[in-house]
Amino acid sequence: MKIGIPSEVYPNERRVAATPDTVKRLQKLGFEVLIESGAGSKADFSDAAYVAAGCSIIPGAEALWGAADIVLKVREPMDHPELGKHEAELLRPGQVLVSFIWPAQNKALVDRLAERKATVLAMDAVPRISRAQKLDALSSMANISGYRAVVEAANNFGRFFTGQITAAGKFPPARVLIIGAGVAGLAAIGAARGLGAAVRAFDTRPAVKEQIESMGAEYLTLEFEEDGTGIGGYARQMSEAFMDAERRLFEEQAKEVDIIITTALIPGKQAPVLITEQALKNMKDGSVVVDLAAERGGNCALVVADQITTVHGVKLIGFTDLASRMANVASNLYGNNLAHLLDDMGGAANFRIDEADEVVRGTLILRDGELKWPPPPVEPKLAPAPGTPATQAKPEAKPVALPTPTTEPAAKPKKKSGHGKGHGKGGGQTSPTLLLLGGLALLGVGWAGGDDFLDHFTVFLLACFIGYQVVWNVSPALHTPLMSVTNAISGIIIIGGMLQIGGSLSEPAVILGALAILVATINVAGGFLVTQRMLKMFHK
Amino acid sequence: MIPSGILTVSYIAASILFILSLGGLSNQESSRRGNLFGIIGMLIAIAATTGYVVGAFDMPGADAPTLDAPGVGLLAAAILPGALIGAYLAARVAMTSMPELVAVLHSFVGLAAVLVGLSSYMAPLESLVGSEKLIHEIEIFLAVFIGSITFTGSIIAFGKLRGSISGKPLMLPARHALNLAMVVACVVFGVLFVTDEANGLTWLLAMTAIAGLVGLHLVMGIGGADMPVVVSMLNSYSGWAAAAAGFMLENDLLLVTGALVGSSGAILSYIMCSPIARRYRTRCLLRPPAHAPV
Repeated sequence: MKIGIPSEVYPNERRVAATPDTVKRLQKLGFEVLIESGAGSKADFSDAAYVAAGCSIIPGAEALWGAADIVLKVREPMDHPELGKHEAELLRPGQVLVSFIWPAQNKALVDRLAERKATVLAMDAVPRISRAQKLDALSSMANISGYRAVVEAANNFGRFFTGQITAAGKFPPARVLIIGAGVAGLAAIGAARGLGAAVRAFDTRPAVKEQIESMGAEYLTLEFEEDGTGIGGYARQMSEAFMDAERRLFEEQAKEVDIIITTALIPGKQAPVLITEQALKNMKDGSVVVDLAAERGGNCALVVADQITTVHGVKLIGFTDLASRMANVASNLYGNNLAHLLDDMGGAANFRIDEADEVVRGTLILRDGELKWPPPPVEPKLAPAPGTPATQAKPEAKPVALPTPTTEPAAKPKKKSGHGKGHGKGGGQTSPTLLLLGGLALLGVGWAGGDDFLDHFTVFLLACFIGYQVVWNVSPALHTPLMSVTNAISGIIIIGGMLQIGGSLSEPAVILGALAILVATINVAGGFLVTQRMLKMFHK
Repeated sequence: MIPSGILTVSYIAASILFILSLGGLSNQESSRRGNLFGIIGMLIAIAATTGYVVGAFDMPGADAPTLDAPGVGLLAAAILPGALIGAYLAARVAMTSMPELVAVLHSFVGLAAVLVGLSSYMAPLESLVGSEKLIHEIEIFLAVFIGSITFTGSIIAFGKLRGSISGKPLMLPARHALNLAMVVACVVFGVLFVTDEANGLTWLLAMTAIAGLVGLHLVMGIGGADMPVVVSMLNSYSGWAAAAAGFMLENDLLLVTGALVGSSGAILSYIMCSPIARRYRTRCLLRPPAHAPV
């Protein structure tokens, strides 16, 4: 089967739906890849690089759409400026188109595509289930936008991000407030922290508190009882009273922070206005606000989409093409998302549109012109009940949510500082009762145990304390490897087996001992090697 | 003949390497070295113990075992395939299935502890009488009890991680009472085990079976999302089982390592729980979560 990759026609769109790297993945799945000449040039992929990866270069969009069985695009089909016709007209019956579609906002486009009797899959409609994470293009793009937002902010900010003390004077670190801790927000936290800023973040969904803190930012709370968790981990619309409290919180915060990055979006809604004009007035001159929601009206009412404006001395950045500004990596990520989707659909050999597959069903908009959108609601297996953050939040699990507005409890904005490094205390406090009980227990053991036993007991207790001290400060990312190495070490029970095989081979005790050695060795070898593999993943 | 001091220092070296290994794993830069230390420690421990069981050390107290040629063959026949299987599993497992593998490996430690305990009961290393015998039997009881819970618990955790067992917590009506009853039954069987000389083995086996049910039921009652914490918890249990075996066999290396693993595993589970803001003590330790959808 042939996959066609046309040039994007949207003005200033630099991304492309396949890169030389992702083309290799597609070829591995059995597809032949055709690229419109110049399609990757704005993302720094030359035609020569595609040829080297084994693609055929096709000059001209019409020829490309004509030759391909499956067309992969970034932006939804639109008027082609050079051909003077709409891209939808290039589709032929039965052809498959995969791109961003936004069917809810683009009803007319969907009708137009339906007339062409084509099959259309929307990358913006990938269901938010864990199996589909690898093809979640929205998350891929949000991640890039979050990073780029910080870069743009730094570019327009006249000071260091990191604090410095030099002979000529000292500068405090920049203070950054991130609103909405979805994928974009968390990426922004990471990038801002990486540059050395002091970061605080706010979100309406209480469950993301740990994620915010694990990224090294401080979590702001609002004294207000309301949970903003909506379907699929996205945020939902909050009440007016809540929004007011939230805006007041940000007006207060504006006096302290140098940079605000807002990423608050509610699926299918106009972006909530969170940064008021008063907040801008409260900010120091030279501060920067980056509004990632500018395309949908903006979290700051005064933002102008795609421009940098200065209001009350504050620079307002409303770029809507942040992912496209990092076209190279964005194309790679998006291309990988597409390759994963095609892989799920059976590759070239078994390519089929399986409506029983939850992921395919979710993304399917049109099948041979027949409207399939919206998909039937899927039992939300993961729907996180309020107050039970467990489903969402292993701290390592990369958050899946796009940003949103806010949450928590009563109207007085109060800053709550996150617990500093890691898990500060918790081990430290020992109550007197506990000490007393421990003392009594020790006395009891001393009374009853023999010398031999007490010798061993001493060693045992000291070892317990060492074990506790040694792992207390483990960094969260290493929980699993540590668990795995501990498991491998617990294979030391093999020694027990070895001590037990000293009799004749037919004795049951010896056979049991030998079996113990066997299973313990599996654990030792497997445990250490698997730890080694896990650790390798960190080192790339 | 090598002086017996060498055995002792080998054990000390192994213990220290294990400590460095766990310490190394708590931050990124030192993590790979940490794993290497663990491997070296384990090799030293196995080599020294092999030397001991084949009689290479000059043990002053005399009753040191000397393994004959078939015995050495048996040792090799147990270790080599074990190492190969382990290496094969670790090399083949997909990245996303690593936690599952860790869970199933745990079950092996539990199983080994049970086997060693049974074996030690059938053929004690030295003949014991009176209170020493009683202590020895209590130690066996503990090793087997904890080992059995770890064994079945880990298998269920494996199944839940893998998805072959439903991730939903199993909520039997009187589950706390049931757990309690089973633990009480284990203790009763334990008492019978040390008092009723003639049928000791029967009682021990019965206790093993019930402890296995306890492990099974405990983990069935916990939701799939909590499995990482459960695995860490079971990890800690397997450490305690090894420590109990160390008491039982009077082997300090087993004892130290078991205690290290036991306490660090417990702390690790605590740490893993606390960011999720749940109460470790009440929930993970012995009781499944009281409110269902975790």
